[in-house]
Amino acid sequence: MMRKKQWIFLALVLIVPAMLFTVSCQKQTVKTEEPMAEPAAEEPAAVEEKEEAVEVTSDASLAADEAALMAARNMFLNEHIYFAFDKYNLDDVAQEVLMRKADFLRAMADIYITIEGHCDERGTNEYNLALGDRRAESAKSFLVDMGIEAYRISTVSYGEERPLCTEQTEECWAKNRRDQFVIN
Amino acid sequence: MKKANCMRRSIIPTAALWVAVAVAVLASPAAAQYEYIDINKPFLRKIPMAIQECVPLNDQPIVQENLLQTTQQLTDMLNFTGYFQMLDREAFLVDPLKPAVKAADINFANWTTIGAELLITGGMAKSGEMIDLEFRLFDTFSGKQLVGKRYNGKMTDLRSIIRRFCTEVVLQLTGNRGVFGSKIAFVSTGSGSKELYLCDFDGFNPEKFTAHKSISIFPAWSSDGKWLAYTTYANNKPDIFIRQVNGNGRVVIDKKGTNMTPAWAPGRFELAASLSVSGDQEIYLLTGKGKIIKRITRNWAADLSPTWSPDGKKIAFVSSRSGSPQIYVQELDSGRVERVTFEGNYNTQPKWSPVGNRIVYTGTTFETGLSDIFLIDMEDLEPVRLTGDAGNNESPDWSPDGSLIVFSSTREGPSRLYVMTTYGTDQRRLLSLPGEQSNPGWSPDLSNY
Repeated sequence: MMRKKQWIFLALVLIVPAMLFTVSCQKQTVKTEEPMAEPAAEEPAAVEEKEEAVEVTSDASLAADEAALMAARNMFLNEHIYFAFDKYNLDDVAQEVLMRKADFLRAMADIYITIEGHCDERGTNEYNLALGDRRAESAKSFLVDMGIEAYRISTVSYGEERPLCTEQTEECWAKNRRDQFVIN
Repeated sequence: MKKANCMRRSIIPTAALWVAVAVAVLASPAAAQYEYIDINKPFLRKIPMAIQECVPLNDQPIVQENLLQTTQQLTDMLNFTGYFQMLDREAFLVDPLKPAVKAADINFANWTTIGAELLITGGMAKSGEMIDLEFRLFDTFSGKQLVGKRYNGKMTDLRSIIRRFCTEVVLQLTGNRGVFGSKIAFVSTGSGSKELYLCDFDGFNPEKFTAHKSISIFPAWSSDGKWLAYTTYANNKPDIFIRQVNGNGRVVIDKKGTNMTPAWAPGRFELAASLSVSGDQEIYLLTGKGKIIKRITRNWAADLSPTWSPDGKKIAFVSSRSGSPQIYVQELDSGRVERVTFEGNYNTQPKWSPVGNRIVYTGTTFETGLSDIFLIDMEDLEPVRLTGDAGNNESPDWSPDGSLIVFSSTREGPSRLYVMTTYGTDQRRLLSLPGEQSNPGWSPDLSNY
């Protein structure tokens, strides 16, 4: 039961703000779905479908939980934090993202995570490996300061060895200077 | 052995002086006691050398192709040093039907006329897979034979026989065994992941050394050439593996955090490495078995990439303690630290010359991200740029005799390995392999082991 309450909290904390950001995209989806709903209303075999619908709703509440879990999990995994060149300090945006990560980790008290520190390709491998270490450690320190148990968080630096983007542009380099979060 | 004292920052006058000395030395009857090549300034004037095509040693028939192959390999290997100006065989004034190979038969005027100061003659006999080889090195002015060697072995030993003769030649001319007995370890992505490979000093015979199917980087040779330490993600995080080059010995340094940039102490089974076990990258001294002997750096900043002075009393390393990565030197006994790079805001990858008080490193320009190789003398701390206008140049390392520098460059697109002299001259590609190559580590002279 605790878990369920936490999920509602999580959904509010994580999913709702996330939806706010995606509103403009969703509007378009709604519009395309509208004409599809009309022929369904004219269907004669309504009784059989109702019975099925009952079952579906009870599944649906579970599925909604599941979906919320998946959404929160995906957000945790896919929302990276970013750094300036040769820097490992956390800017305001990175701190906001980390606060959401802390909420997730508080709600999911039994998961362990690894923070991966990454760099762009500029500079040399050795120094970037050290820099990635510091980027991962600064995110870990922040989460620990937010009350997350240190033993649940491992760090690993990949330096410039695992870029997400391989073009030689500032836009691409910016994407590579990141911490990525993995659930163990 | 006479060694001309290196007169720094006065290259031109020193060169003129050196030429005069060289001429006097070449003319003197005791020439063999002196060095022909000043190893402190060997590339200012390349010595004109003629290598006569190898002749059959006896009446047994031998295919022309074997003779040419031997002559060419000998020429290529000696050329690799950058010491010599190889004279065109077309210009030789010799009777192709009666080429002379011994001092008594050679008309040295034929060689001095075309400008040759050194001459190598060779002979070869082949019987089945067995070969006999004879090589002689002459001083064409004095007419003296400086080196004469006879070898026999299998045809498959040809390269190693020629390598041994080249070692004799360079030992005679410089007082140093040169590069021929060394290998280069490097990283290649040819198999789809970063693995370590080994090749001969000249890029020949590349072979895969690791099969971790992970990221394996930063190879470092022990000073006896028997062990390779490197960083690998074989266990999903950066650890240092130490492996016997020819054997099954294996040590793992897998402290919490990032274990990286191992560097072996000269003459000892000990290494310095950067570990983040204390929370940030610090340099430690460890035994070859991976036990921490002591912590060398103590600083809030990242300290990494240690490299040893040849006497083993100091290390140079990279630290971000000034806010940007710069190179520092620390005396191990006193703990005294001195910053040595001040130009540019990103100086990394230092490697201390195995024979002198100089450090080669990579300087990166912030805005472009482009890197070049620099050389800095510990006496004056004036950096000299050795590469330029040719892509990214990184990861320099010294040949064991301190005469050449191997490095990686993107000048032809993908990252590949190149070699140059310590003056930045004679830049050429080391080898052609699929994928990209980086992080070269040049071994000590392995020929005695």
